[in-house]
Amino acid sequence: MNLARVIGTVVADQKYPGLSGIKLLIVQLLDRHQHPIGDPVVATDATAQAGPGELVFIVGGREAALALPETFVPVDHSVVGIVDQVDLK
Amino acid sequence: MYIGQVAGTIVATIKHPFFTGRKLLLVERLELFGQSATKYDIAVDTVRAGVGDRVLVLDEGNSGRQVCDVEPWGPVRAVIVGVVDAVTLTEEAT
Repeated sequence: MNLARVIGTVVADQKYPGLSGIKLLIVQLLDRHQHPIGDPVVATDATAQAGPGELVFIVGGREAALALPETFVPVDHSVVGIVDQVDLK
Repeated sequence: MYIGQVAGTIVATIKHPFFTGRKLLLVERLELFGQSATKYDIAVDTVRAGVGDRVLVLDEGNSGRQVCDVEPWGPVRAVIVGVVDAVTLTEEAT
């Protein structure tokens, strides 16, 4: 799992049936000091409560779909938590 | 698996139900001689590791779910499965 910043939302009317009711977000992956790394990706929101500007953590790969109510869906990144605090030593 | 160093903790109130009651640690990946690499993971702790510990991190879904006892549904991949006491390298490696 990695840190990411929600930078936008995506609305798609027509999508894979298992994804209806699932919110899509544009997230920018961050390094451990919260600086952007790589390109932004579209992720589903498994918390259903994340919004633009928030610091979140995301899970990538097959596990991204397991965070959703319907687990056999074409998803490769999911927001699984909204970060309150990061404490680095 | 890879060896990492626990660099910090992550606190989240709103999260997927799987993470309730589980400790999340930010782990920096280490290179062969212990230098920190740029890669990191937020991993679920299963061995009571703490900040500063050198740990063994497993970043694979099936095993992660087995370790966390959440087959077949848990959205987990990176888990801390050991606290490293010592690493010995052969002479060729050094």
